[in-house]
Amino acid sequence: MEFEPVIGLEVHVQLNTQSKLFCSCPTNFGAVPNTHVCPVCLGHPGVLPVLNKQAMENAIKCGLALNCSISLFSKFDRKNYFYPDLPKGYQVSQFDKPLCHKGHVTIVDTGVEKIIGVTRVHLEEDAGKLVHAAHGADSGVDFNRGGIPLLEIVSEPDIRTPDEAYLYLTALKAIVEYLGISDCNMEEGSLRCDANVSIRPKGQKQFGTKTEIKNMNSFRGVQKAISYEIERQKDVILSGEKIVQETRLWNDDKGSTFSMRSKEDAHDYRYFPEPDLVPMVVEQKYIDTLRENLPELPFPRMHRFIEQYGLPEYDADILTGDKAFADYYEQCASVCSEYKMISNWMLSDLIREAGARKISFADAPVTPKMLAEMISLISNGTISGKIAKIVFIEMFDSGKTPSKIIEEKGLVQISNPEELQKVISNVVAQHPAVVAEFKAGKEKSIGFLVGQIMKETKGKANPQLVNTLLREALG
Amino acid sequence: MAFSEKDVDYTAALARIHVSEDDKKVFAVQLEHILAYVNKLNELDTQQVEPTAHILPLKNVFRPDTAMKNPASDAAVQQAPYFNDTFYRVPPVIE
Repeated sequence: MEFEPVIGLEVHVQLNTQSKLFCSCPTNFGAVPNTHVCPVCLGHPGVLPVLNKQAMENAIKCGLALNCSISLFSKFDRKNYFYPDLPKGYQVSQFDKPLCHKGHVTIVDTGVEKIIGVTRVHLEEDAGKLVHAAHGADSGVDFNRGGIPLLEIVSEPDIRTPDEAYLYLTALKAIVEYLGISDCNMEEGSLRCDANVSIRPKGQKQFGTKTEIKNMNSFRGVQKAISYEIERQKDVILSGEKIVQETRLWNDDKGSTFSMRSKEDAHDYRYFPEPDLVPMVVEQKYIDTLRENLPELPFPRMHRFIEQYGLPEYDADILTGDKAFADYYEQCASVCSEYKMISNWMLSDLIREAGARKISFADAPVTPKMLAEMISLISNGTISGKIAKIVFIEMFDSGKTPSKIIEEKGLVQISNPEELQKVISNVVAQHPAVVAEFKAGKEKSIGFLVGQIMKETKGKANPQLVNTLLREALG
Repeated sequence: MAFSEKDVDYTAALARIHVSEDDKKVFAVQLEHILAYVNKLNELDTQQVEPTAHILPLKNVFRPDTAMKNPASDAAVQQAPYFNDTFYRVPPVIE
């Protein structure tokens, strides 16, 4: 039997506001535990929470960027449950009137565009962080994180493969980064993702029983966890058993999911309107202003890159997937019109060399100006592509400009025909057998001769010119 | 509106409280009365009434996004029944 997976993702994005959602406590990561706390976020009796306007604005911006409808009337609700990381016994969240609903994200899967629906985007407060001690000892709770604004972004069950899930997350992260409303750091927990996974026989309309997968700490982890879960569900069904609706935790080391705990009773959160917070009523004019001030987003930018710079979709997609990377590209492109070459150097050499040094390309000593200058030097024939590889690495290590490196190391390409002719005559004279082979019609032999010439000139010979002159010499 | 002892159990479990067998019987009857009383509201036709989200004639109460460290965070955390080595301490939570 062939199965079709049905996947929906629930993403929590921590907003990078200065202060918490309902109080003025700071939000920066890494402070001494329980120092960014006050009676409001600790849920002491008699306190009054007041909404951080920036958080609401960021949520609306995100909704707009995800093509959502924005609710003119929206409110907060209490979601009631007990857990040690929840000081009030309820989480302030949004239930029936989320700020944004019905949007979509476009993903590009091996050249094919696909639309993934976004059910809703709502604002809520984060919980504290539990620190588990050694076995049997008490757990610790740090409430510094409690009350930090979170966006919950819920997708429609439109995702069909683990790869699509990965692409959706990447696209979502890029959008949020472009908006500048979150650090999107999965390790620091500013971006978290849970997945709802079910499978159904291909062609069946009705959804199968789903499981909720939690505890993934990277996008690749999400992809792997979903792959594993799909296979697990297939095995369960094919062995004649039924899928149990449950929460399963992903174990990255073991590469498997396991049942969290059998919860016999379903969640009963007893949502009700939060009486301490008044409704948010926004005007269309306000929404329009926010919309007009949105930055250019990754997807439109990708299409602009294809059109403006004539790049293949593959290049444009990767370049625009990261705002700083795309900005780097455009800074190069503003001073050098070898658009495809810039892309090639960024996508291969820049990424590789930065990766080898375990730094971000943004911290690379090679600035866009330096890369653009180097590429201009290739295109005007001063250096060959081969020499450029040496120059590039030298730029990376020393931070010197390409012209300085070329001057210091004497790497200027030899484009003087007379100078080259001398080398060519020598090489031709030294390898009569190869010359004879070539003359007898073995076209490949010329490669060897070119190689020898490059060796003689330490790679500095202008390859096109060598080719022309060599062929002339061989007559 | 019937409110069974099972409903008392369920409600008690949600509230994380223990209710004795004797109290369970008493509460079931009392809660049934309370619900019957509140149930009167269901006799009203509210088709045309917009649900009330908030009882005050207020909307859009905001504060600017300015961070201010609470100078008395120490005092606030000391309200906890058990606070030790910068953490609130709770019985082991196993996930």
